[in-house]
Amino acid sequence: MLSKKEKELIANVWERLTPVADDIGADALLRMFTTFPGSKSYFSHLDLRPRSPHLKTRGKRIVLAIAEGAKDIDHLAVALAPLQTLHAYRLRIDPSNFKHFSHCMLVTLACYLGDRFTPVMHAAMDKFLSAFAAVLAEKFR
Amino acid sequence: MVEWTDSERTIINGIFANLNYEDIGPKALCRCLIVYPWTQRYFGAFGNLYNADAIMANPLIAAHGTKILHGMDRALKNMDDIKNTYATLSELHSEKLHVDPDNFRLLADCLSIVIAAEMGYEFTPDMQAAWQKFLSVVVSALGRQYH
Repeated sequence: MLSKKEKELIANVWERLTPVADDIGADALLRMFTTFPGSKSYFSHLDLRPRSPHLKTRGKRIVLAIAEGAKDIDHLAVALAPLQTLHAYRLRIDPSNFKHFSHCMLVTLACYLGDRFTPVMHAAMDKFLSAFAAVLAEKFR
Repeated sequence: MVEWTDSERTIINGIFANLNYEDIGPKALCRCLIVYPWTQRYFGAFGNLYNADAIMANPLIAAHGTKILHGMDRALKNMDDIKNTYATLSELHSEKLHVDPDNFRLLADCLSIVIAAEMGYEFTPDMQAAWQKFLSVVVSALGRQYH
C-alpha cells in the first residue's frame, strides 16, 4: 500500500511537525468541530473554543501519537495497542469521525505547508491516515 | 431547502471572487486523479495519465478542471435552489457519463485542500465549514437524479 519512499516522506513530515504539535493538533480539531459539529459530542467536558488550552493539549496528544505511528508504519498495531483499547472500550467514538478528523488534518497540513503539500505528499498522507484510523478501530468489533 | 446565513453567503461568494479558475480547477482535478487513482477510469480519452507528473502536465485535464470549476458558478448564482439548477447536469453524469456519485465527494475534498494550500491560515475553520457545506449541497444535487 505505502511504498518505501512514501513511508520515509511521511516519517519526515511528522518529525518536522512534532515541535508545533499543539498548534497543528488544535487547528485540525477546531476545523473538525466547526465543519462536523456532531464530533463535538465526544468532548462535551472540554472547552472547545478557539485558542482554548484544552484544544492545544488534546491536539498535541493526538499529533504526537500520529508522529509516533509514523516512525514505524509497518508495525502500527504495536504502537497503537493501548489507544485501540481506549477508543474501543472507553471512548467508543463512531469511526466515521476518524475520517472527518483525517480530512481536517489534511486541510491543516495544506494551510501549513502550502505548495509543499504536493499531490504526491497528499496521496501518501491520506493513505497513512486511513491506515492509522483503520488500525485504531480494529478492536471496535 | 438549504438555509444559508448571511455570513455563509459572504464567505462562499468571497472565495469564488478571489478564485483563479485556470489555476485552482486544474490543480483540484489533478489532485483527485493522483490521490484517488480509480477516478482516472472516467478519463480514458484524455491521453497520458501514467503518473503524477504526466497528469499535472496534461492540457486536456487542465482544461477540464477549469470547466468543472466554472460549472460551479451556476450553483453560486442559484444558492437557494442548487438542487433544481443541477437537475440536468445530474442526469448527464448518471445516464451518459456513468460516474459513481461517491466520486463527487472526492473531488470536492481535493478542491477544499487546494484552496487551503492557496489561502493558508486565511482559510479559517469557519470559512472551511461554510465552503464544505456549499460543496456538500453541490455534491448532493449532482447525485440526485441517479436511479
